[in-house]
Amino acid sequence: MAGYTKTNITPPRWLLAELTYACPLQCPYCANPIDYAKHDSEISTEDWKRVLTQARKMGAVQLGLSGGEPLVRKDLTEIVKHARDLGYYSNLITSGYGLTEEKIVQLKEAGLDHIQVSIQASSQELNDHIAGTTSFEHKKQVAHLVKKHGYPMVLCVVIHRENIHQMADILAMAEALGADYLELANTQYYGWAHANRDLLLPTKEQFEEAEKIAQAFKETVAGKMKIYYVVPDFHEDRPKACMNGWGTTFLTIAPDGVALPCHSARDLPNLDCPNVNDVSISEIWNDSKAFNFFRGDDWMQEPCRSCDEKEKDFGGCRCQAYLLAGDMYATDPVCSKSPNHYVIDEAIESARNAALAENEKPLIFRNSKNSKLLSN
Amino acid sequence: MTLNPDLPIQFSRTHRLQWEEAQQKNVILYPEGMVELNASSAEILKLCDGTRTITQIVSDLEEKFATQGLFNDINAFLEVALQNGWIHQN
Repeated sequence: MAGYTKTNITPPRWLLAELTYACPLQCPYCANPIDYAKHDSEISTEDWKRVLTQARKMGAVQLGLSGGEPLVRKDLTEIVKHARDLGYYSNLITSGYGLTEEKIVQLKEAGLDHIQVSIQASSQELNDHIAGTTSFEHKKQVAHLVKKHGYPMVLCVVIHRENIHQMADILAMAEALGADYLELANTQYYGWAHANRDLLLPTKEQFEEAEKIAQAFKETVAGKMKIYYVVPDFHEDRPKACMNGWGTTFLTIAPDGVALPCHSARDLPNLDCPNVNDVSISEIWNDSKAFNFFRGDDWMQEPCRSCDEKEKDFGGCRCQAYLLAGDMYATDPVCSKSPNHYVIDEAIESARNAALAENEKPLIFRNSKNSKLLSN
Repeated sequence: MTLNPDLPIQFSRTHRLQWEEAQQKNVILYPEGMVELNASSAEILKLCDGTRTITQIVSDLEEKFATQGLFNDINAFLEVALQNGWIHQN
């Protein structure tokens, strides 16, 4: 079995708790799996507390509370309180939808460390279109309240062809809202974003223009605002060091308790991802087939196997190799050394053609109806 | 932005300095990130409590470790800490 040698297992540092797949928004680039509607069971408050306790004991310290929309969970405050008692640094990753001042205060008292609010665009019309929900003014209000109550405020904007032309306005909005951190997350093409790729993938010229604007802005806000830039890997020559290496740092727990080495790994075949209701976090991390599958480099094929950069990017992303090359052991097609690199060129070309076409097909919004339609 | 020798230094309210048992070291935690600290950096940051200036931090540490000549190293580290937003003065 690929990579199934237990050498040098490092402890988890990052626990991503996807508390629910339920979400009032319908963003067409959602990172949740296309078939999320099939996985509608959710583990209990006590299960989450046990997971947090076990992972913390192993060394996890950063906790992402995500979803779906984590605010949908009625026990969010209780989970936050437990996390703080254990010494986690907790990050609430939210659309802000439905977040009241009362809740912001309650979460602060429970020990929440930071709130990341996502905004879809710099204008109301586009924000509400992409979110599939009227939410722009409320989100801005939430950003103000997050600042007011002493949280570090992280604004997250997912970048794609529909909003990339707004880059200058997005940066000005982040500054006006007093963001301490701005995450410019170029869309990663998995799940819903993969289904909508022709409509979301910007051209290389658009990326370069946007990046130039962001770089210049970065210098003007140095010391005031930090900018995290999630790279647009389709326009790079080398793949991202996905997950900092499989099973080295990141542990994701899906709403139904399935443990994943990355939040997209549910789509990979035959990993037999374990569930926290059956086994402990320690067994999951150290002993499970799924977490050992791509550890180390025994699993690699050429050109990765003999590549002098393999310890830098670990062969790139397994989910992307599977999705685009049909082989999860293959070199990430983003790499210019990959024999499958042409699929990236084709994807870019196909998106450009779609952009130039007179009748663009509509975006497929992320909702339960579409999830059921697409996964049958 | 450089360190003002006359003003007290305060550890950032939006970062957290914490001992990590699993790693056997102090770390700084902030949104979606973590910096691992060596023992001397952690000792310096623990004294950034909003009352001490750099002069006082240096003399406290020289006394604690019965040594001298720490100013340059401490100053260099605090400049880095200031640039990274781990500490502030106001």
